[in-house]
Amino acid sequence: MENAVSAIELKGITKRFGEVVANDGIDLRLNRGEILSLLGENGSGKTTLMNMLSGIYFPDEGQIFVGGQPVSIRSPKDAFANGIGMIHQHYKLVHVFTATENIVLGLEEGGRLDIKAAESKVRAICGKYGFDIDPAQKIYDMSVSQKQTVEIVKVLYRGAEILILDEPTAVLTPQETDKLFDVLRAMKADGKAIVIITHKLHEVMALSDKVAVLRKGRYIGTVNTAETNPQALTDMMVGHAVTLNIDRPQYEKPVPRLEVKNLTCLDGEGVRKLSGVSFTAMGGEILGIAGIAGSGQRELLEAISGLYPAAEGEIIYTPEGREPSNLVGRTPMQIKKAGVAMAFVPEDRLGMGLVGSMGMTGNMMLRSWKKGKGVFINRKDPNALAMEIWKELEVVTPSTEFPVRRMSGGNVQKVLVGREIASAPSVLMTAYAVRGLDINTSYTIYNLLTEQKMKGVAVIYVGEDLDVLLELCDRILVLCGGQVSGVVDARSATKDQIGLLMTRLGGKEGA
Amino acid sequence: MSNFLSLFLALVIAAITYGTPLLFGTLGEILTEKSGNLNLGVEGIMFMGGALGLGGVFYYEKAAGAGANGFVAVLAGILCSFLAGALASLIFSFLTTTLRANQNVTGLALSIFGTGVGQFLGEYMRVRENGYIAIGNTLKGYFQNSPFPAFLQKIPIVGGVLFGNSVFFYLGLILAGGMFFFLNRTRTGLYLRSVGESPATADAAGISVERYKYLATVIGGGISAVGGMVYIMTIAGCVWNHEGLGGVGWLAVALVIFCMWRPLSAIWGSVLFGALMILYLRLVIPFIPTQLYKILPYVVTVIVLIASSMRNNKEKQPPASLGLAYFREDR
Amino acid sequence: MNHEKRTPLIRLAKRDGMEGWKVWCIRFGSIVFALLLGALVMGLVGANPLTAYGTILSGALGKKSALRQTVKIAVPLLGCALAIAPCFKMRFWNIGAEGQITAGAVAASYFALFWANRLPSPVLLVVMGAAGAIAGGIWALIPAFFKAKWNTNETLFTLMMNYIIIGVVRWLQGGPWEGRKGSQIIPQFDSAACLPRVLGVHCGWIIVLVLVVFMHIYMNHTKHGYEIAVIGDSVNTARYAGMNVGRVMMRTMFLSGAISGIVGFIVASGANNTLYDGVAGGVGFTSITVAWLSQLNAFAMVAISMLLAVLSKGAETLQTRMAVPTSISDIITGILLFCMLGCEFFINYKLIFRKNTHKEAAKS
Repeated sequence: MENAVSAIELKGITKRFGEVVANDGIDLRLNRGEILSLLGENGSGKTTLMNMLSGIYFPDEGQIFVGGQPVSIRSPKDAFANGIGMIHQHYKLVHVFTATENIVLGLEEGGRLDIKAAESKVRAICGKYGFDIDPAQKIYDMSVSQKQTVEIVKVLYRGAEILILDEPTAVLTPQETDKLFDVLRAMKADGKAIVIITHKLHEVMALSDKVAVLRKGRYIGTVNTAETNPQALTDMMVGHAVTLNIDRPQYEKPVPRLEVKNLTCLDGEGVRKLSGVSFTAMGGEILGIAGIAGSGQRELLEAISGLYPAAEGEIIYTPEGREPSNLVGRTPMQIKKAGVAMAFVPEDRLGMGLVGSMGMTGNMMLRSWKKGKGVFINRKDPNALAMEIWKELEVVTPSTEFPVRRMSGGNVQKVLVGREIASAPSVLMTAYAVRGLDINTSYTIYNLLTEQKMKGVAVIYVGEDLDVLLELCDRILVLCGGQVSGVVDARSATKDQIGLLMTRLGGKEGA
Repeated sequence: MSNFLSLFLALVIAAITYGTPLLFGTLGEILTEKSGNLNLGVEGIMFMGGALGLGGVFYYEKAAGAGANGFVAVLAGILCSFLAGALASLIFSFLTTTLRANQNVTGLALSIFGTGVGQFLGEYMRVRENGYIAIGNTLKGYFQNSPFPAFLQKIPIVGGVLFGNSVFFYLGLILAGGMFFFLNRTRTGLYLRSVGESPATADAAGISVERYKYLATVIGGGISAVGGMVYIMTIAGCVWNHEGLGGVGWLAVALVIFCMWRPLSAIWGSVLFGALMILYLRLVIPFIPTQLYKILPYVVTVIVLIASSMRNNKEKQPPASLGLAYFREDR
Repeated sequence: MNHEKRTPLIRLAKRDGMEGWKVWCIRFGSIVFALLLGALVMGLVGANPLTAYGTILSGALGKKSALRQTVKIAVPLLGCALAIAPCFKMRFWNIGAEGQITAGAVAASYFALFWANRLPSPVLLVVMGAAGAIAGGIWALIPAFFKAKWNTNETLFTLMMNYIIIGVVRWLQGGPWEGRKGSQIIPQFDSAACLPRVLGVHCGWIIVLVLVVFMHIYMNHTKHGYEIAVIGDSVNTARYAGMNVGRVMMRTMFLSGAISGIVGFIVASGANNTLYDGVAGGVGFTSITVAWLSQLNAFAMVAISMLLAVLSKGAETLQTRMAVPTSISDIITGILLFCMLGCEFFINYKLIFRKNTHKEAAKS
């Protein structure tokens, strides 16, 4: 690698969003004809870093060099001019256009559109790297992997020498992934520099020449893939275990509350989101669910609440002192009434479970609106509840009528979790309940969940932070690609163990 | 038999006459909607176009006196009406694209404003010119008669239908063809469609969403307004007639749906709608009340709308972002 | 010096919220601004703006008879705005109020024309109102059904429905319900089918004021109102809370159409005493702007519909006294609507001007 040509180099790149430092003095170097994996947990700043290369964000500090020359990338156009092309996780394609029409979009101003010439150019690119798409096919007729291919051809068509792929395999089948890797290798042989953002270790090992690891916005280091192993990478990625000192009392005799048997769910296009998931959630226990983003956590919770249709399997629910019954096939309303509560905090916080334009009272009513006879809605009880949550959870808001959309994230989550707990459920599911919260607020939520557990509630906690999962939960179920890759005892498991299960290295796949 | 044929040909010619203003109104609205803007102010825009177009021609003739040139008069009519429509659409664009006001409500406000302006100017000119606005017969001819030599029009059977229409019909044909070419064969047309389908995608590709929306809406509004002028100058006989013009703009909105946002289909669509507008005068079928013919265009449009949503054909759909405001940070 | 500024000169950001008094200052300011623009227009056509506005005011409110006329104009506007409010709250763009009014008027007229001598007046009026409500409701239910079932575009669908029913009225006028042969006019209703007057105006105004209270309660204090608000905010959240979105949509549209239908009955029976194709006369469209500009607040609608009615009635006086065509009222209404629509931008967004960062950069 002595006379390698530098394709791109970052020096001291820092990006802040308000108070949060997303990237902190990051250095990175990539040569032509190399594939670099950018590895890190969710929220470690990988995508932010790459967005600065593709012109979405502009760094607060630091310098980017392309081909050894300092450059300033202020827009996607600048990025293209420097030969950088990024394939985002969410494809930006016009569905009623053909592949070629999407590929030439925005490329030149004015003039006649010679679609035939463009198509043959697209064909040439496809032929060169072995892409399998029809340039004249409409996007809406394409599979996910074909759409991804269109995005890749789009940046190649614009003459990109440096390709950045943000979690390209997240939506692909194993076969499609293999095909993609072949293509990437062909491009590498052609002298292109490629960065792939990922957190799947086996892919890192299989594909890349170098691995750069980020943790919590900081650059940990770069290693040559040949000289490392998954265990060492996991250590770099998750760091050393942090002691949080979350109080974890033990409930006397946990009883099975929710028994999921062989649950399989398909999305609208027939793709398996969950396959053969089986586990038991006990009353008096916090069951943690770990997994990389999009491994089926959301679908699992929605399936239990009746919002996501189950294709196969059973969900047997045994409320205290009553007969077991199957939840599959019941409406969300019936499941709710039976005592299963869900508090899901999505990325945008308000997407599901809260009404942004209403105040705390209005949001409390979301659970109780149907109660009582007559046409009028009962505002009194929800208002009392809102007052209670306001005081007990120390929600910062001027009044219970203040729209939750305008509250800060932590307070919104308190409202959501507080409401679900207040419904006195016997199964309480929370997902990302501490997303974006500061330490103190997070502890408030942990305590609330533990309190529920000690009341004999079966708590299911979907989380991102492995340290928290290990200290808060009793058992941890690890999801990977819609399947259960393992269930561990949180009191004895290690972070590495879970990290490997998340990426399947400890499981059956291992490839 | 030949009697029936001549009746039919007369119907086609009349349908073309009535369809031509619609053709302009529709083509303009197609261009607008392709950018994702649903401008429901077409009715108002056509009123403004009608009044200002008439005014332009009238004052031109007044100024030029006997030396008035027919070609210039037609040009003045087109120009005045186009500017009126462009100006009205500029208001719409500013409110919806820059200030992000609700498109439905803004469009309705524009239709109130535009019909007001049109009627006001029509009345105002009438009062100022002592109760009567009229265009000389020679000039009228330029607007209403065929631009082709007589021998072409006299070709048996097809002569009248092919060559006997007003100059505006042929302009409309050229415009429809041009718009088809623009939308489907040029880069700018492709970019415009991408703005209407997925502004976020267009934005990411470096296309200026705001500029495209503004230009398409302003030019589209201008074209629609020409339709109002054509109505006044051909069908209404060069006098201000708001009764007749009333509803034409809404029919144009319907026609956009009926022809599924395709300019070439707008040609036969407008002739068909024109035929439905006058059919009751020409073809009396027992048991079907003549007035019910007039609602046929709307009924047919509703059926087309339902059918397209039921069939879920990905191609024959409104532009995906039609009626929605775009704000980059909303992603 | 690599950190060239990439932020544009003016940048937009969504506002988190604004103090109430500021919001109302901006809204009030926009009305004043609109009236100034209107003054400019009047100046352009050679009318003294001050005199003209004075004439409008005195023409609309100066005399008892004038005031009655103004109220008569405001009644359908207000009623229809109330009808539209729940739909818009749900983000269902019902622009078919024009047709729903007409449908209601047709059904009411049927009883007025053919049952007048068979029923006592109060019963007849109730039957007419109920028929109007049902007809208007059904007319609105059709597009809602297709929206719920196949997601058919409701804006375009409701718009088309307007012209279909108006065409039907034209047919009735010249056909089955025609009075004198060839007159193209439906005969005047029997006096039993006309709404009685209260304080000199047909009692429709009382009905509409009752509806104001009803709608305020319905939107803010009932389960239905709550469902509508949640669906308008987020369909996903509504489903999470166990609401049947399609059913709520159809139910709300039926209610909306029913109120429009009642307005149709009021106009036909109270104001016109007959049915003709212009029974809605653009009210269905204008009232959409009334509802939207009132932020769907029932009480604000009273004020805004009165404002527009004053302009409209005053303009008639303007024509007789100053020879300015009545359509000036449409122009000023249009300007008013534009300004009020535009001003919401300054409430919802803030403009961020690029700060001069040169100095800061120099320091570091």
